[in-house]
Amino acid sequence: MSEKKTERRDFLFTATAAVGAVGVGATVWPMIDQMNPDASVKALASTEVDVSSLNPGKTITVLWRGKPVFIRRRTPDEIDEARAVKLDDLKHPEKDEDRAKNPEWLVMLGVCTHLGCVPLDQKGDYNGWFCPCHGSHYDTSGRIRKGPAPTNMEIPKYEFVNANTIKIG
Amino acid sequence: MSDHEYIPKSNFGKWFNDRLPLLTLANHLTDYPTPKNLNYWWTFGGILTFCLITQIVTGLVLAMHYIAHADMAFDSVEHIMRDVNYGWLIRYIHANGASMFFLAVYIHIFRSLFYGSYKAPREIIWIIGIIIYLLMMAAAFMGYVLPWGQMSFWGATVITNLFSAIPLVGEGIVTWLWGGYSVDNPTLTRFFTLHYLIPFLILGLVVLHIWALHVPGNNNPIGIDVKKPSKDTVPFHPYIVIKDAFALLMFMIVFAFFVFYTPNILGHADNYIEANPLVTPAHIVPEWYLLPFYAILRSVPDKLMGVIAMLSAIFILAALPWLDTSKIRSAVFRPLYRQFYWILVADVLILGYVGAMPAEGLYLLIARVATAYYFLHFLVILPILGFKERTLPVPLSITEPILGGSSNLAAARDDSRLEKLK
Repeated sequence: MSEKKTERRDFLFTATAAVGAVGVGATVWPMIDQMNPDASVKALASTEVDVSSLNPGKTITVLWRGKPVFIRRRTPDEIDEARAVKLDDLKHPEKDEDRAKNPEWLVMLGVCTHLGCVPLDQKGDYNGWFCPCHGSHYDTSGRIRKGPAPTNMEIPKYEFVNANTIKIG
Repeated sequence: MSDHEYIPKSNFGKWFNDRLPLLTLANHLTDYPTPKNLNYWWTFGGILTFCLITQIVTGLVLAMHYIAHADMAFDSVEHIMRDVNYGWLIRYIHANGASMFFLAVYIHIFRSLFYGSYKAPREIIWIIGIIIYLLMMAAAFMGYVLPWGQMSFWGATVITNLFSAIPLVGEGIVTWLWGGYSVDNPTLTRFFTLHYLIPFLILGLVVLHIWALHVPGNNNPIGIDVKKPSKDTVPFHPYIVIKDAFALLMFMIVFAFFVFYTPNILGHADNYIEANPLVTPAHIVPEWYLLPFYAILRSVPDKLMGVIAMLSAIFILAALPWLDTSKIRSAVFRPLYRQFYWILVADVLILGYVGAMPAEGLYLLIARVATAYYFLHFLVILPILGFKERTLPVPLSITEPILGGSSNLAAARDDSRLEKLK
């Protein structure tokens, strides 16, 4: 008994356990993956918005993938304010030029990066947005300046289909 | 667990019991020796069982009328309130029942903290209790989402977003929980399923909780080990049954007061507005029973650390039997612990209060101090207190302080003396 030799039976145990583990994995994964977004949810991936009636200084909120998207036509003052900020002052450094390719138009997910509330327009210490849930302040470029949110509000993929229409997604 | 073998009287009883010993179990439960000095704080176990059954029965009935669909859930709840016969009553019992359940569980937990019921040999009972408490919070949270009002929607958004604090996989987990890119219909249907499931998990754990309790038997207000059965115990039936029943009646008066006179006082008016993914209510607060933990979450300025602090505040309770180093169970004989106990009670109440207030200025400062104290109590004060505290002398039995006896330990421990008392 002192020296254990690999026997036929050891091989059978190992082989059975291995097949069993693969079987369990193959059964459990569909049970987990069924909770991920389904085909019908994924199909609603893009939204087109007509922005022709939006005046400078106004924001519209549209629903994209169940989430609000802010489309703001910024005033020159707001653009200047956003571009004058030094990157060192930012918690999540991003240039306004990168966030708003066309400086007049800021298109971003209206979702606070803290815990997902919708921030309020034209509020807070930085003239941008303020999240009422846990007090995050965003600037005119939607960048986090103060409060618990870790990052700037996200910029979704979007493009101008023509002068008056933005396609999000 | 009873000291004597139970033999049913009738022949059929014997025949049945030999095949399935249900009668032995029933006999164990009625004869179960219980410390005779249990006070009314010990009646909340029975009250909690009543609360669980109430939630299951009313929930079952509500599920017959409720429709778990984002387009119909809100209307179906209003349909229950207006059209279904006694629907208003059943829903108000269910909604206020959740609050009553938490009221009772908090008293039950704080009773345990005062009398040291979590200490050896009852650690497993305590840990099962903490798991039940966690499941209760999960069930309550998901139940609150079902009416699909503004607070339902945004509460669900905020709480599920807690998982996004996890590095790397956080966003993926949140999407998985939602079944989409925001809280929506797939989220509602799975929450309904889980909300239906969890009470039955709790029921199973309650059985384990009571089973584990019946191994060492009940702790008691003076926190000493009691010889069972002895002069120090009474049978569960009828003594404890009557006491529990009376306490339950008193509790039901409070319950009925909320249901019939102020059924909405513990809820939020915003939840009578249908869910709107474009507008967050100005002031989001969870239900009252989650407020202390919410205050801890908000008191930490960092997202991930806030989530960790909040979860730690709950999980630290599971480690309590090992954090409290004192061998004396009951606070009755721990003059210093007794004071720290009441400070902790005040601390949790303060956290609950600031959790309901906006997280700014003085409220935020108070929340931070109270959060720090909460952890200080469990991580520093309790471990040190066990070594430093001068405890009072503990009686040898429940009867001793009343019937008197020698303070000479050797004489008192002599079993012949106990025999004479009989």
